[in-house]
Amino acid sequence: MASRIDVRIEDRREDASPPSGKGHPNTCPSCGSHYRDDELEQNLRVCPHCGHHFPVRVRERIAQLADRGTFVEHDAELRSSDPLGFFDLKAYTERLAQAEHDTGLGDAMVAGTAAIERRRCELAVMEFSFMGGSMGSAVGEKFARACERAGERHVPLVVVTASGGARMQEGILSLMQLPKTVAAVDALREARAPFVCVMTHPTTAGVLASFASLGDVIVAEPGALLAFTGPRVVQQTTREKLPDDFGLAESNTRFGHVDAIVRRPDLRPYLGRLLALFANGN
Amino acid sequence: MATEPKQSEIEQLRLRERLAKLRKLPLIGGVSVGGELDRLERQIERIAAEPSADEVWHSVELARHEDRPYTLDYVERIFDDFVELHGDRSFADDPAIVAGLARFRGRTIALVGHQKGRDTRERIHRNFGMPYPEGYKKAMRVMELADRHGFPVFTLVDTPGAYPGVAAEQHGQGGWIARCQLAMVRLQVPSVTCVIGEGGSGGAVAIAVSDRVLMQENAIYSVISPEGCAAILWRDASEAKKAAAAFKPDARHCLDLGVIDGIVGEPEGGAHLDFDAAGKLLGDGLAAALGEIAELDPDERRRARRLRFRTMGVFAS
Repeated sequence: MASRIDVRIEDRREDASPPSGKGHPNTCPSCGSHYRDDELEQNLRVCPHCGHHFPVRVRERIAQLADRGTFVEHDAELRSSDPLGFFDLKAYTERLAQAEHDTGLGDAMVAGTAAIERRRCELAVMEFSFMGGSMGSAVGEKFARACERAGERHVPLVVVTASGGARMQEGILSLMQLPKTVAAVDALREARAPFVCVMTHPTTAGVLASFASLGDVIVAEPGALLAFTGPRVVQQTTREKLPDDFGLAESNTRFGHVDAIVRRPDLRPYLGRLLALFANGN
Repeated sequence: MATEPKQSEIEQLRLRERLAKLRKLPLIGGVSVGGELDRLERQIERIAAEPSADEVWHSVELARHEDRPYTLDYVERIFDDFVELHGDRSFADDPAIVAGLARFRGRTIALVGHQKGRDTRERIHRNFGMPYPEGYKKAMRVMELADRHGFPVFTLVDTPGAYPGVAAEQHGQGGWIARCQLAMVRLQVPSVTCVIGEGGSGGAVAIAVSDRVLMQENAIYSVISPEGCAAILWRDASEAKKAAAAFKPDARHCLDLGVIDGIVGEPEGGAHLDFDAAGKLLGDGLAAALGEIAELDPDERRRARRLRFRTMGVFAS
Protein backbone atom coordinates (compact mmCIF):
# COMPACT_ATOMS: atom_id res chain seq x y z
CA MET A 1 0.00 0.00 0.00
CA ALA A 2 1.41 3.31 -1.05
CA SER A 3 0.26 5.26 1.99
CA ARG A 4 1.85 2.75 4.32
CA ILE A 5 5.23 3.71 5.72
CA ASP A 6 7.88 1.16 4.89
CA VAL A 7 9.72 0.26 8.06
CA ARG A 8 11.70 -2.70 6.83
CA ILE A 9 14.95 -0.81 6.49
CA GLU A 10 14.72 1.20 9.64
CA ASP A 11 13.35 -1.66 11.69
CA ARG A 12 15.39 -1.66 14.84
CA ARG A 13 13.88 -3.35 17.83
CA GLU A 14 14.20 -1.12 20.85
CA ASP A 15 14.32 -4.22 23.02
CA ALA A 16 16.18 -7.04 21.34
CA SER A 17 16.11 -9.04 24.55
CA PRO A 18 12.75 -9.71 26.14
CA PRO A 19 11.75 -7.15 28.76
CA SER A 20 12.62 -8.07 32.30
CA GLY A 21 9.82 -9.75 34.23
CA LYS A 22 8.76 -11.73 31.20
CA GLY A 23 10.62 -14.87 30.41
CA HIS A 24 11.74 -16.22 27.08
CA PRO A 25 8.74 -17.00 24.86
CA ASN A 26 9.64 -20.70 24.97
CA THR A 27 9.91 -20.79 28.76
CA CYS A 28 6.72 -21.98 30.39
CA PRO A 29 5.41 -19.14 32.59
CA SER A 30 3.59 -21.70 34.68
CA CYS A 31 6.29 -24.29 35.54
CA GLY A 32 9.50 -22.74 34.21
CA SER A 33 10.34 -25.57 31.81
CA HIS A 34 12.18 -24.44 28.71
CA TYR A 35 11.76 -25.90 25.25
CA ARG A 36 13.25 -25.71 21.80
CA ASP A 37 10.85 -24.23 19.30
CA ASP A 38 10.44 -27.50 17.37
CA GLU A 39 9.63 -29.32 20.62
CA LEU A 40 6.88 -26.86 21.40
CA GLU A 41 5.54 -27.00 17.87
CA GLN A 42 5.38 -30.80 18.01
CA ASN A 43 3.38 -30.52 21.21
CA LEU A 44 0.94 -28.01 19.66
CA ARG A 45 2.57 -25.40 21.93
CA VAL A 46 1.26 -27.05 25.06
CA CYS A 47 3.79 -27.51 27.85
CA PRO A 48 4.42 -31.29 28.05
CA HIS A 49 5.29 -30.90 31.73
CA CYS A 50 2.36 -28.90 33.15
CA GLY A 51 -0.14 -28.48 30.30
CA HIS A 52 0.20 -24.69 30.00
CA HIS A 53 -1.13 -23.46 26.65
CA PHE A 54 1.35 -21.16 24.90
CA PRO A 55 0.03 -18.72 22.28
CA VAL A 56 -0.25 -20.07 18.73
CA ARG A 57 0.35 -18.01 15.63
CA VAL A 58 -2.32 -17.96 12.93
CA ARG A 59 -0.58 -20.16 10.32
CA GLU A 60 0.36 -22.74 12.89
CA ARG A 61 -3.20 -22.77 14.28
CA ILE A 62 -4.62 -23.34 10.82
CA ALA A 63 -2.15 -26.19 10.31
CA GLN A 64 -3.24 -27.68 13.65
CA LEU A 65 -6.95 -27.55 12.81
CA ALA A 66 -7.45 -27.81 9.06
CA ASP A 67 -6.92 -31.00 7.07
CA ARG A 68 -3.60 -30.78 5.29
CA GLY A 69 -3.75 -28.67 2.16
CA THR A 70 -7.42 -27.78 2.44
CA PHE A 71 -7.14 -24.19 3.63
CA VAL A 72 -7.66 -21.59 0.92
CA GLU A 73 -7.33 -18.05 2.16
CA HIS A 74 -9.83 -15.39 1.11
CA ASP A 75 -9.61 -11.60 1.31
CA ALA A 76 -5.86 -11.72 1.97
CA GLU A 77 -5.57 -8.37 0.22
CA LEU A 78 -7.78 -6.57 2.76
CA ARG A 79 -5.91 -3.93 4.72
CA SER A 80 -6.82 -1.42 7.38
CA SER A 81 -6.84 2.17 6.32
CA ASP A 82 -6.49 5.21 8.52
CA PRO A 83 -9.82 7.06 8.38
CA LEU A 84 -8.99 9.41 11.25
CA GLY A 85 -5.37 10.16 10.41
CA PHE A 86 -4.70 8.79 13.87
CA PHE A 87 -1.48 9.66 15.60
CA ASP A 88 -0.61 8.93 19.20
CA LEU A 89 3.04 8.40 20.04
CA LYS A 90 3.34 6.85 16.58
CA ALA A 91 1.22 7.15 13.44
CA TYR A 92 -1.39 4.39 13.04
CA THR A 93 -0.07 3.73 9.54
CA GLU A 94 3.35 3.14 11.03
CA ARG A 95 1.95 0.74 13.65
CA LEU A 96 0.16 -1.14 10.88
CA ALA A 97 3.29 -1.37 8.78
CA GLN A 98 5.28 -2.58 11.78
CA ALA A 99 2.65 -5.20 12.63
CA GLU A 100 2.55 -6.42 9.05
CA HIS A 101 6.32 -6.64 9.01
CA ASP A 102 6.43 -8.51 12.32
CA THR A 103 3.64 -10.98 11.62
CA GLY A 104 3.66 -11.29 7.84
CA LEU A 105 -0.10 -10.77 7.91
CA GLY A 106 -2.28 -8.06 6.38
CA ASP A 107 -4.32 -7.67 9.56
CA ALA A 108 -5.29 -9.44 12.78
CA MET A 109 -7.51 -12.09 11.15
CA VAL A 110 -6.93 -14.74 8.50
CA ALA A 111 -10.04 -16.30 6.97
CA GLY A 112 -10.75 -18.83 4.26
CA THR A 113 -12.34 -22.11 3.33
CA ALA A 114 -11.06 -25.33 4.85
CA ALA A 115 -11.97 -28.82 5.91
CA ILE A 116 -11.71 -30.06 9.50
CA GLU A 117 -11.74 -33.85 9.80
CA ARG A 118 -13.11 -33.98 6.25
CA ARG A 119 -15.97 -31.59 7.01
CA ARG A 120 -16.01 -28.51 4.83
CA CYS A 121 -16.19 -25.26 6.73
CA GLU A 122 -15.25 -21.62 6.78
CA LEU A 123 -12.32 -21.01 9.13
CA ALA A 124 -11.31 -17.62 10.54
CA VAL A 125 -8.41 -17.26 12.98
CA MET A 126 -7.30 -14.15 14.85
CA GLU A 127 -3.66 -13.18 15.43
CA PHE A 128 -3.02 -11.61 18.82
CA SER A 129 0.47 -10.44 17.91
CA PHE A 130 -1.00 -8.16 15.22
CA MET A 131 -1.77 -5.07 17.32
CA GLY A 132 -3.19 -7.15 20.16
CA GLY A 133 -5.61 -8.90 17.82
CA SER A 134 -7.61 -5.70 17.82
CA MET A 135 -10.69 -5.41 15.61
CA GLY A 136 -10.77 -2.52 13.17
CA SER A 137 -12.70 -2.20 9.93
CA ALA A 138 -10.57 -4.78 8.10
CA VAL A 139 -11.01 -7.48 10.76
CA GLY A 140 -14.75 -6.75 10.95
CA GLU A 141 -15.00 -6.98 7.17
CA LYS A 142 -13.08 -10.25 7.01
CA PHE A 143 -15.34 -11.75 9.66
CA ALA A 144 -18.50 -10.52 7.92
CA ARG A 145 -17.36 -11.92 4.57
CA ALA A 146 -16.52 -15.26 6.22
CA CYS A 147 -20.09 -15.33 7.56
CA GLU A 148 -21.46 -14.61 4.10
CA ARG A 149 -19.35 -17.33 2.46
CA ALA A 150 -20.45 -19.83 5.11
CA GLY A 151 -24.07 -18.84 4.56
CA GLU A 152 -23.85 -19.12 0.78
CA ARG A 153 -22.07 -22.48 0.87
CA HIS A 154 -24.22 -23.80 3.74
CA VAL A 155 -21.16 -24.83 5.71
CA PRO A 156 -20.33 -24.17 9.37
CA LEU A 157 -18.23 -21.20 10.42
CA VAL A 158 -15.39 -21.93 12.85
CA VAL A 159 -13.70 -18.93 14.41
CA VAL A 160 -10.67 -18.92 16.71
CA THR A 161 -10.59 -15.67 18.66
CA ALA A 162 -7.66 -13.89 20.36
CA SER A 163 -8.19 -10.19 20.82
CA GLY A 164 -7.79 -7.28 23.18
CA GLY A 165 -10.95 -5.69 21.73
CA ALA A 166 -11.75 -2.89 19.32
CA ARG A 167 -8.90 -1.03 17.62
CA MET A 168 -8.79 2.40 19.24
CA GLN A 169 -6.86 3.94 16.36
CA GLU A 170 -9.98 3.70 14.20
CA GLY A 171 -12.07 5.55 16.79
CA ILE A 172 -15.82 5.17 16.56
CA LEU A 173 -15.52 3.06 13.39
CA SER A 174 -13.87 0.33 15.43
CA LEU A 175 -16.82 0.40 17.85
CA MET A 176 -19.11 0.06 14.83
CA GLN A 177 -17.44 -3.28 14.06
CA LEU A 178 -19.39 -4.67 17.02
CA PRO A 179 -22.85 -4.20 15.45
CA LYS A 180 -21.34 -4.96 12.03
CA THR A 181 -20.15 -8.41 13.05
CA VAL A 182 -23.37 -8.97 15.03
CA ALA A 183 -25.39 -8.15 11.90
CA ALA A 184 -23.24 -10.62 9.96
CA VAL A 185 -23.99 -13.34 12.52
CA ASP A 186 -27.70 -12.54 12.14
CA ALA A 187 -27.42 -13.19 8.39
CA LEU A 188 -25.45 -16.38 9.07
CA ARG A 189 -28.20 -17.60 11.40
CA GLU A 190 -30.83 -16.77 8.81
CA ALA A 191 -28.90 -18.94 6.34
CA ARG A 192 -28.99 -21.72 8.98
CA ALA A 193 -25.25 -22.13 9.00
CA PRO A 194 -23.81 -23.18 12.37
CA PHE A 195 -21.17 -21.06 14.09
CA VAL A 196 -18.59 -22.54 16.45
CA CYS A 197 -16.43 -20.10 18.37
CA VAL A 198 -13.15 -21.20 19.92
CA MET A 199 -12.04 -18.61 22.45
CA THR A 200 -8.32 -18.54 23.13
CA HIS A 201 -6.23 -16.35 25.39
CA PRO A 202 -7.18 -13.55 25.53
CA THR A 203 -10.66 -12.84 24.18
CA THR A 204 -11.81 -9.58 25.69
CA ALA A 205 -13.77 -6.34 25.33
CA GLY A 206 -15.20 -5.57 21.88
CA VAL A 207 -14.69 -9.03 20.41
CA LEU A 208 -16.22 -10.78 23.43
CA ALA A 209 -19.04 -8.19 23.37
CA SER A 210 -19.88 -8.95 19.75
CA PHE A 211 -19.53 -11.96 17.45
CA ALA A 212 -17.46 -14.18 19.76
CA SER A 213 -20.28 -14.50 22.29
CA LEU A 214 -22.79 -15.36 19.57
CA GLY A 215 -21.34 -18.76 18.71
CA ASP A 216 -23.92 -21.55 18.62
CA VAL A 217 -21.27 -23.49 20.47
CA ILE A 218 -18.59 -21.69 22.46
CA VAL A 219 -15.50 -23.55 23.59
CA ALA A 220 -12.44 -22.19 25.32
CA GLU A 221 -8.84 -23.23 25.76
CA PRO A 222 -7.73 -23.89 29.35
CA GLY A 223 -6.54 -20.83 31.23
CA ALA A 224 -7.72 -18.34 28.58
CA LEU A 225 -8.79 -14.91 29.84
CA LEU A 226 -12.32 -14.26 28.57
CA ALA A 227 -13.56 -10.99 29.99
CA PHE A 228 -15.34 -7.84 28.87
CA THR A 229 -13.05 -5.88 31.20
CA GLY A 230 -9.66 -7.29 32.12
CA PRO A 231 -8.60 -7.88 35.75
CA ARG A 232 -6.26 -4.89 35.96
CA VAL A 233 -8.92 -2.37 34.98
CA VAL A 234 -11.58 -4.01 37.17
CA GLN A 235 -9.18 -3.85 40.11
CA GLN A 236 -8.29 -0.21 39.45
CA THR A 237 -11.84 1.00 38.87
CA THR A 238 -13.72 -0.88 41.56
CA ARG A 239 -11.03 -1.78 44.11
CA GLU A 240 -12.91 -5.05 44.49
CA LYS A 241 -11.07 -8.13 45.61
CA LEU A 242 -10.69 -10.28 42.54
CA PRO A 243 -11.13 -14.04 42.71
CA ASP A 244 -7.98 -15.95 41.70
CA ASP A 245 -9.63 -17.31 38.58
CA PHE A 246 -11.23 -13.97 37.60
CA GLY A 247 -12.32 -13.99 33.97
CA LEU A 248 -10.59 -17.26 33.16
CA ALA A 249 -12.14 -19.92 30.94
CA GLU A 250 -12.66 -22.11 34.02
CA SER A 251 -14.69 -19.46 35.84
CA ASN A 252 -16.63 -18.60 32.68
CA THR A 253 -17.54 -22.26 32.34
CA ARG A 254 -18.70 -22.38 35.95
CA PHE A 255 -20.94 -19.35 35.37
CA GLY A 256 -22.44 -20.85 32.24
CA HIS A 257 -20.90 -18.72 29.50
CA VAL A 258 -18.91 -21.47 27.80
CA ASP A 259 -19.98 -24.91 26.62
CA ALA A 260 -16.71 -26.67 27.24
CA ILE A 261 -13.04 -26.21 27.93
CA VAL A 262 -11.16 -28.18 25.32
CA ARG A 263 -7.45 -28.88 25.57
CA ARG A 264 -5.57 -28.09 22.41
CA PRO A 265 -4.74 -31.71 21.45
CA ASP A 266 -8.46 -32.51 21.67
CA LEU A 267 -9.63 -29.47 19.74
CA ARG A 268 -9.52 -30.84 16.22
CA PRO A 269 -11.37 -34.10 16.99
CA TYR A 270 -13.86 -32.11 19.09
CA LEU A 271 -14.58 -29.77 16.18
CA GLY A 272 -14.79 -32.75 13.83
CA ARG A 273 -17.45 -34.39 16.01
CA LEU A 274 -19.43 -31.15 16.26
CA LEU A 275 -19.32 -30.48 12.53
CA ALA A 276 -20.46 -34.05 11.87
CA LEU A 277 -23.42 -33.55 14.21
CA PHE A 278 -24.36 -30.29 12.53
CA ALA A 279 -24.19 -32.08 9.19
CA ASN A 280 -26.75 -34.54 10.57
CA GLY A 281 -24.24 -37.36 10.46
CA ASN A 282 -23.99 -37.47 6.68
CA MET B 1 -4.17 17.22 -19.71
CA ALA B 2 -7.06 17.47 -17.32
CA THR B 3 -6.69 20.20 -14.80
CA GLU B 4 -6.79 19.00 -11.27
CA PRO B 5 -9.34 20.81 -9.10
CA LYS B 6 -7.68 23.02 -6.56
CA GLN B 7 -7.58 21.82 -2.98
CA SER B 8 -9.70 24.76 -1.84
CA GLU B 9 -12.36 23.91 -4.42
CA ILE B 10 -12.51 20.34 -3.25
CA GLU B 11 -12.79 21.58 0.29
CA GLN B 12 -15.62 23.94 -0.66
CA LEU B 13 -17.43 21.21 -2.52
CA ARG B 14 -17.14 18.91 0.45
CA LEU B 15 -18.46 21.62 2.73
CA ARG B 16 -21.37 22.40 0.45
CA GLU B 17 -22.28 18.72 0.19
CA ARG B 18 -22.07 18.48 3.91
CA LEU B 19 -24.35 21.48 4.36
CA ALA B 20 -26.87 20.05 1.94
CA LYS B 21 -26.79 16.80 3.87
CA LEU B 22 -27.20 18.65 7.14
CA ARG B 23 -30.15 20.69 5.92
CA LYS B 24 -32.01 17.52 4.98
CA LEU B 25 -31.59 15.99 8.38
CA PRO B 26 -33.66 16.47 11.49
CA LEU B 27 -30.55 18.15 12.82
CA ILE B 28 -32.04 21.38 13.81
CA GLY B 29 -35.51 20.02 13.97
CA GLY B 30 -37.72 22.39 15.88
CA VAL B 31 -35.77 25.52 15.21
CA SER B 32 -37.00 25.64 11.64
CA VAL B 33 -40.55 25.17 12.87
CA GLY B 34 -40.08 28.32 14.91
CA GLY B 35 -39.07 30.06 11.69
CA GLU B 36 -35.92 31.58 13.11
CA LEU B 37 -33.95 31.22 9.94
CA ASP B 38 -31.00 33.27 11.15
CA ARG B 39 -30.49 31.15 14.16
CA LEU B 40 -30.84 28.05 12.04
CA GLU B 41 -28.20 29.28 9.61
CA ARG B 42 -25.81 30.19 12.40
CA GLN B 43 -26.31 26.81 13.96
CA ILE B 44 -25.66 25.05 10.67
CA GLU B 45 -22.46 27.01 10.23
CA ARG B 46 -21.33 26.25 13.74
CA ILE B 47 -22.03 22.54 13.38
CA ALA B 48 -20.73 22.27 9.83
CA ALA B 49 -17.29 23.61 10.55
CA GLU B 50 -14.63 21.01 11.28
CA PRO B 51 -14.32 21.05 15.06
CA SER B 52 -10.95 21.99 16.48
CA ALA B 53 -9.28 20.06 19.29
CA ASP B 54 -10.67 22.59 21.76
CA GLU B 55 -14.17 22.23 20.38
CA VAL B 56 -13.96 18.46 20.56
CA TRP B 57 -12.91 18.74 24.18
CA HIS B 58 -15.70 21.22 24.85
CA SER B 59 -18.15 18.56 23.61
CA VAL B 60 -16.55 16.02 25.93
CA GLU B 61 -17.07 18.41 28.84
CA LEU B 62 -20.65 19.28 27.90
CA ALA B 63 -21.55 15.63 27.26
CA ARG B 64 -20.51 14.85 30.84
CA HIS B 65 -21.81 18.09 32.37
CA GLU B 66 -23.35 17.32 35.76
CA ASP B 67 -26.37 19.49 34.97
CA ARG B 68 -27.00 17.90 31.58
CA PRO B 69 -30.52 16.48 31.14
CA TYR B 70 -30.68 12.70 31.57
CA THR B 71 -33.08 10.17 30.07
CA LEU B 72 -35.87 10.66 32.63
CA ASP B 73 -35.66 14.46 32.22
CA TYR B 74 -36.46 13.97 28.55
CA VAL B 75 -39.08 11.31 29.25
CA GLU B 76 -41.21 13.73 31.25
CA ARG B 77 -40.87 16.40 28.56
CA ILE B 78 -41.27 14.34 25.40
CA PHE B 79 -43.56 11.45 26.31
CA ASP B 80 -47.00 11.08 27.93
CA ASP B 81 -48.21 8.36 30.29
CA PHE B 82 -44.78 6.81 30.80
CA VAL B 83 -45.10 3.49 32.60
CA GLU B 84 -41.74 2.25 33.74
CA LEU B 85 -41.16 -1.49 33.63
CA HIS B 86 -38.74 -3.06 36.06
CA GLY B 87 -36.64 -6.17 36.24
CA ASP B 88 -34.97 -8.57 33.86
CA ARG B 89 -37.33 -11.46 34.82
CA SER B 90 -34.33 -13.44 35.84
CA PHE B 91 -32.30 -11.94 38.64
CA ALA B 92 -32.53 -8.20 39.30
CA ASP B 93 -33.64 -4.75 38.26
CA ASP B 94 -30.79 -2.56 37.05
CA PRO B 95 -31.44 1.13 37.80
CA ALA B 96 -28.71 2.20 35.33
CA ILE B 97 -31.15 1.44 32.53
CA VAL B 98 -34.75 2.61 32.50
CA ALA B 99 -37.30 1.00 30.23
CA GLY B 100 -41.01 1.26 29.73
CA LEU B 101 -43.97 2.11 27.56
CA ALA B 102 -45.19 5.62 26.83
CA ARG B 103 -47.15 7.66 24.35
CA PHE B 104 -45.23 9.74 21.82
CA ARG B 105 -47.34 12.21 19.85
CA GLY B 106 -50.39 9.97 20.11
CA ARG B 107 -48.68 6.63 19.49
CA THR B 108 -47.53 3.99 21.96
CA ILE B 109 -43.77 3.44 21.91
CA ALA B 110 -41.21 1.57 24.00
CA LEU B 111 -38.38 3.49 25.55
CA VAL B 112 -35.01 2.23 26.75
CA GLY B 113 -32.32 4.54 28.07
CA HIS B 114 -29.30 4.76 30.30
CA GLN B 115 -29.97 6.73 33.46
CA LYS B 116 -27.43 8.67 35.49
CA GLY B 117 -28.05 10.16 38.94
CA ARG B 118 -28.25 13.83 39.80
CA ASP B 119 -26.94 13.81 43.39
CA THR B 120 -24.49 11.54 45.15
CA ARG B 121 -27.14 9.21 46.52
CA GLU B 122 -28.86 8.83 43.18
CA ARG B 123 -25.58 8.52 41.34
CA ILE B 124 -24.68 5.54 43.46
CA HIS B 125 -28.18 4.09 43.06
CA ARG B 126 -27.91 4.46 39.28
CA ASN B 127 -24.31 3.22 39.33
CA PHE B 128 -23.28 6.33 37.36
CA GLY B 129 -25.25 5.06 34.39
CA MET B 130 -23.08 1.95 34.06
CA PRO B 131 -25.31 -1.09 33.48
CA TYR B 132 -24.86 -4.64 34.64
CA PRO B 133 -25.90 -7.45 32.27
CA GLU B 134 -29.28 -7.30 34.04
CA GLY B 135 -29.83 -3.87 32.50
CA TYR B 136 -29.33 -5.21 28.99
CA LYS B 137 -31.57 -8.17 29.73
CA LYS B 138 -34.28 -5.75 30.85
CA ALA B 139 -33.77 -3.75 27.65
CA MET B 140 -34.10 -6.92 25.56
CA ARG B 141 -37.23 -7.98 27.38
CA VAL B 142 -38.93 -4.63 26.77
CA MET B 143 -37.83 -4.53 23.12
CA GLU B 144 -39.23 -8.02 22.59
CA LEU B 145 -42.49 -6.82 24.10
CA ALA B 146 -42.52 -3.84 21.73
CA ASP B 147 -41.81 -6.11 18.78
CA ARG B 148 -44.78 -8.31 19.57
CA HIS B 149 -47.16 -5.36 19.88
CA GLY B 150 -45.82 -3.27 17.03
CA PHE B 151 -44.54 -0.39 19.17
CA PRO B 152 -41.62 1.60 17.77
CA VAL B 153 -38.50 1.48 19.97
CA PHE B 154 -36.68 4.61 21.09
CA THR B 155 -33.37 4.35 22.91
CA LEU B 156 -31.47 7.15 24.62
CA VAL B 157 -27.76 6.55 25.14
CA ASP B 158 -25.89 8.12 28.04
CA THR B 159 -23.28 5.95 29.73
CA PRO B 160 -19.56 6.06 30.48
CA GLY B 161 -19.65 2.34 29.63
CA ALA B 162 -20.93 -0.99 30.89
CA TYR B 163 -19.93 -1.60 34.51
CA PRO B 164 -16.47 -3.13 34.84
CA GLY B 165 -17.00 -5.18 38.00
CA VAL B 166 -16.48 -8.75 39.18
CA ALA B 167 -20.19 -9.59 39.43
CA ALA B 168 -20.90 -7.99 36.04
CA GLU B 169 -18.26 -10.25 34.49
CA GLN B 170 -19.61 -13.31 36.27
CA HIS B 171 -23.10 -12.52 34.96
CA GLY B 172 -21.73 -12.37 31.41
CA GLN B 173 -21.33 -8.67 30.57
CA GLY B 174 -19.76 -9.21 27.15
CA GLY B 175 -22.25 -11.86 26.09
CA TRP B 176 -25.31 -9.81 27.01
CA ILE B 177 -23.98 -6.74 25.22
CA ALA B 178 -23.62 -8.92 22.13
CA ARG B 179 -27.07 -10.45 22.49
CA CYS B 180 -28.71 -7.07 23.06
CA GLN B 181 -27.24 -5.85 19.76
CA LEU B 182 -28.49 -8.98 18.03
CA ALA B 183 -31.96 -8.45 19.49
CA MET B 184 -31.98 -4.93 18.03
CA VAL B 185 -30.77 -6.08 14.60
CA ARG B 186 -33.69 -8.51 14.50
CA LEU B 187 -36.52 -6.12 15.50
CA GLN B 188 -39.48 -6.00 13.13
CA VAL B 189 -40.59 -2.63 14.51
CA PRO B 190 -38.89 0.69 13.68
CA SER B 191 -36.17 1.91 16.05
CA VAL B 192 -34.50 5.27 16.65
CA THR B 193 -31.54 5.96 18.93
CA CYS B 194 -30.22 9.30 20.12
CA VAL B 195 -26.96 9.67 22.00
CA ILE B 196 -27.83 12.35 24.57
CA GLY B 197 -24.59 12.51 26.54
CA GLU B 198 -21.81 9.98 26.76
CA GLY B 199 -21.91 7.16 24.24
CA GLY B 200 -19.31 5.04 26.00
CA SER B 201 -18.16 2.02 24.02
CA GLY B 202 -19.82 -1.41 24.13
CA GLY B 203 -22.11 -0.36 26.95
CA ALA B 204 -23.54 2.29 24.63
CA VAL B 205 -23.70 0.44 21.33
CA ALA B 206 -25.54 -2.42 23.08
CA ILE B 207 -28.73 -0.33 22.85
CA ALA B 208 -27.84 1.71 19.76
CA VAL B 209 -28.35 -0.71 16.85
CA SER B 210 -31.31 1.17 15.37
CA ASP B 211 -32.71 2.10 11.95
CA ARG B 212 -31.79 5.70 12.65
CA VAL B 213 -29.06 6.85 15.02
CA LEU B 214 -28.89 10.50 16.03
CA MET B 215 -26.61 12.46 18.32
CA GLN B 216 -27.20 15.64 20.17
CA GLU B 217 -24.91 18.44 19.14
CA ASN B 218 -22.73 18.16 22.25
CA ALA B 219 -22.93 14.43 22.81
CA ILE B 220 -19.95 12.14 22.31
CA TYR B 221 -19.79 8.60 20.96
CA SER B 222 -16.57 6.70 21.30
CA VAL B 223 -14.85 3.35 21.48
CA ILE B 224 -13.09 4.24 24.73
CA SER B 225 -13.06 7.17 27.16
CA PRO B 226 -10.50 9.89 26.41
CA GLU B 227 -8.78 9.05 29.71
CA GLY B 228 -8.70 5.34 28.94
CA CYS B 229 -7.29 5.94 25.48
CA ALA B 230 -4.67 8.33 26.83
CA ALA B 231 -3.66 5.85 29.54
CA ILE B 232 -3.13 3.09 26.98
CA LEU B 233 -1.67 4.90 23.99
CA TRP B 234 0.05 7.87 25.66
CA ARG B 235 0.64 5.93 28.89
CA ASP B 236 -0.67 9.02 30.69
CA ALA B 237 -4.36 9.57 31.51
CA SER B 238 -3.82 13.34 31.72
CA GLU B 239 -3.33 13.42 27.94
CA ALA B 240 -7.09 12.89 27.58
CA LYS B 241 -7.56 16.06 25.57
CA LYS B 242 -4.98 14.96 23.02
CA ALA B 243 -6.58 11.53 22.85
CA ALA B 244 -10.06 13.02 22.29
CA ALA B 245 -8.73 15.20 19.48
CA ALA B 246 -7.18 12.12 17.89
CA PHE B 247 -10.17 9.75 18.06
CA LYS B 248 -12.78 12.43 17.41
CA PRO B 249 -15.83 11.39 19.49
CA ASP B 250 -17.92 14.49 18.66
CA ALA B 251 -21.17 14.48 16.70
CA ARG B 252 -19.74 16.33 13.70
CA HIS B 253 -17.08 13.70 13.09
CA CYS B 254 -19.49 10.82 13.74
CA LEU B 255 -21.78 12.26 11.04
CA ASP B 256 -18.91 12.61 8.59
CA LEU B 257 -17.88 9.00 9.19
CA GLY B 258 -21.43 7.80 8.46
CA VAL B 259 -21.89 6.44 11.97
CA ILE B 260 -24.93 8.60 12.68
CA ASP B 261 -27.71 9.89 10.46
CA GLY B 262 -28.27 13.29 11.96
CA ILE B 263 -27.40 15.77 14.64
CA VAL B 264 -30.06 17.05 16.99
CA GLY B 265 -29.54 20.67 17.92
CA GLU B 266 -29.25 21.92 21.48
CA PRO B 267 -30.14 25.28 22.95
CA GLU B 268 -27.35 27.86 22.64
CA GLY B 269 -24.63 27.00 25.16
CA GLY B 270 -25.75 23.40 25.71
CA ALA B 271 -28.72 21.27 26.73
CA HIS B 272 -28.11 21.87 30.44
CA LEU B 273 -29.10 25.53 30.11
CA ASP B 274 -32.67 24.86 28.99
CA PHE B 275 -34.14 21.39 29.52
CA ASP B 276 -37.46 22.32 27.90
CA ALA B 277 -35.90 23.65 24.71
CA ALA B 278 -33.53 20.68 24.52
CA GLY B 279 -36.51 18.35 25.01
CA LYS B 280 -38.47 20.05 22.22
CA LEU B 281 -35.55 19.69 19.82
CA LEU B 282 -35.00 16.06 20.77
CA GLY B 283 -38.69 15.23 20.42
CA ASP B 284 -38.76 16.79 16.95
CA GLY B 285 -35.58 14.94 15.97
CA LEU B 286 -37.00 11.60 17.10
CA ALA B 287 -40.30 12.29 15.30
CA ALA B 288 -38.54 13.21 12.05
CA ALA B 289 -36.31 10.13 12.17
CA LEU B 290 -39.24 7.84 12.98
CA GLY B 291 -41.24 9.41 10.14
CA GLU B 292 -38.57 8.32 7.66
CA ILE B 293 -38.84 4.63 8.57
CA ALA B 294 -42.27 4.08 10.12
CA GLU B 295 -44.02 3.18 6.87
CA LEU B 296 -41.45 0.76 5.46
CA ASP B 297 -42.23 -2.92 5.15
CA PRO B 298 -40.93 -4.61 8.34
CA ASP B 299 -38.75 -7.14 6.51
CA GLU B 300 -37.36 -4.50 4.21
CA ARG B 301 -36.65 -2.25 7.17
CA ARG B 302 -34.88 -5.05 8.96
CA ARG B 303 -32.74 -5.80 5.91
CA ALA B 304 -31.90 -2.11 5.54
CA ARG B 305 -30.91 -1.92 9.20
CA ARG B 306 -28.69 -4.95 8.86
CA LEU B 307 -27.08 -3.45 5.79
CA ARG B 308 -26.63 -0.11 7.54
CA PHE B 309 -24.39 -1.76 10.13
CA ARG B 310 -22.88 -4.35 7.78
CA THR B 311 -21.33 -1.57 5.72
CA MET B 312 -19.73 0.33 8.62
CA GLY B 313 -16.02 0.93 8.39
CA VAL B 314 -13.27 2.06 6.07
CA PHE B 315 -10.67 -0.37 4.71
CA ALA B 316 -8.45 -0.86 1.71
CA SER B 317 -8.15 -3.77 -0.71
